[in-house]
Amino acid sequence: MSILRAALLTLAATPALANDPVVLVQSTTSTQNSGLYAHILPVASEALGLDIRVVAVGTGQALGNAQRCDGDMLITHARAAEEAFVAAGYGTARHDLMYNDFVIVGPSDDPAGVAGADSATEALSRIAAAESPFASRGDDSGTHQKELNLWDGIADVAAASGGWYRETGSGMGATLNLAVGMGAYTLTDRATWLAFENRGDHVILNQGDPALFNQYGVIPVNPAHCPNVNAEGARAFTDWLLEDGQAVIAGFMLDGEQLFFPNAGD
Amino acid sequence: MPTLSDSFLTALGLIVSGDADLIEIVALSLRVSLTAVLLAALIGLPLGAVLAVVRFPGRGLLIVVVNALMGLPPVVVGLVVYLTFSASGPLGVLEFLYTPAAMIVAQTVLVTPIIAALARSTLADLLGEYDETLRVLGANRFDVVATLLWDGRFSLATALLAGLGRALAEVGAVMLVGGNIDHVTRVMTTAIALETSRGALPLALGLGIVLLLITLVLNAVVLGVRNRMEAHAHA
Repeated sequence: MSILRAALLTLAATPALANDPVVLVQSTTSTQNSGLYAHILPVASEALGLDIRVVAVGTGQALGNAQRCDGDMLITHARAAEEAFVAAGYGTARHDLMYNDFVIVGPSDDPAGVAGADSATEALSRIAAAESPFASRGDDSGTHQKELNLWDGIADVAAASGGWYRETGSGMGATLNLAVGMGAYTLTDRATWLAFENRGDHVILNQGDPALFNQYGVIPVNPAHCPNVNAEGARAFTDWLLEDGQAVIAGFMLDGEQLFFPNAGD
Repeated sequence: MPTLSDSFLTALGLIVSGDADLIEIVALSLRVSLTAVLLAALIGLPLGAVLAVVRFPGRGLLIVVVNALMGLPPVVVGLVVYLTFSASGPLGVLEFLYTPAAMIVAQTVLVTPIIAALARSTLADLLGEYDETLRVLGANRFDVVATLLWDGRFSLATALLAGLGRALAEVGAVMLVGGNIDHVTRVMTTAIALETSRGALPLALGLGIVLLLITLVLNAVVLGVRNRMEAHAHA
């Protein structure tokens, strides 16, 4: 086995980055798809002397991967699930990192009349009443968990699944592609939407409800649960994100618009 | 909707500009998939030859199984390899997960049955032609396997190309076990998946065209070399 391992590692040697210690981040996808990591990682790597690597999956999958010890830290956006992760002893602590908000997007002709709704719940109620197609992530991601919370008390979406309520079981980008393709409404984080290039005639139809607040959190994986993790590196990158990194996050712009609002100190 | 010509222009632009990120991604794709095909050939060619030559109980069943495994879903292979190399999995100590090593293992698993099954089929046909001669010569099974592999080497190139095509084209396995980490495990197919999820469809399709062109060139080179060698061998 050791010969096989040596042979494979030689053949598969990772590109010759500096031999900095690796910190592996299990992450939600919005932070990668929007380009945030491309903006902050070079700065953080330089400052900390770390080789920071990001695996971007949905929040649910990221938490599961980290629970199996396949990551040193987490950047996700589902507060309840994150607190449960820490309470179970898988993470050392959960810190607020930054926020933005969710928006409801849909076809510009707006068949359900969502644009006139004065709240997110009213908007969803109108979609349900009109039985207009709605594309759901259906993948236990942070966005999916938020969406299910919003539907609670409005409509029995499980019963409507396969009808007007369509669970894609995919990432935000794939779900947006599908929503645009079939003229469906969907809930998306603003960062992914702003960075998304295949909008067709879809537009933001509902935004600004405090219920659409989207908080991102950072959690170092607990070395007591996962002895293999780079706890020191995870601690260093977490501290950087919560201190010096806050200004770097605030400086990330797309088409002149700020995508993430740091709030670690709040 | 992106037009095909947009994507062709994007692909052309990527190739002409010699984009450094693109070169890195292409190089990793080739390194991972060619290594996987090499390993799969080392396992699959002898396995296919033995299945073609040696009679043993359960051989028929094994042939069916190997043929069926050609249809292994990449995402299932990815999941199994992920759970195997996960830090909490049986081979977690190797620290292969989220490195090209895990991607090579996953693709080797995917490609081996393809090479074994196609080699068995090719060599079984060849054996039909050679059987009597070899028997007259009193060849043992090992000689027969070796002779078939050598004499069938030109036909076997097709099996290797089929395996390479599978390896270069799959996304489900490398995404799960590699993690699509920028500058570390990002290959052509996972880059295409990422650009698609960003809605950058012309770029995604442009990358797809580049991947197709690479596959085309690889096939042309292998078949060209094969034809030259074959002509030389018969000269």
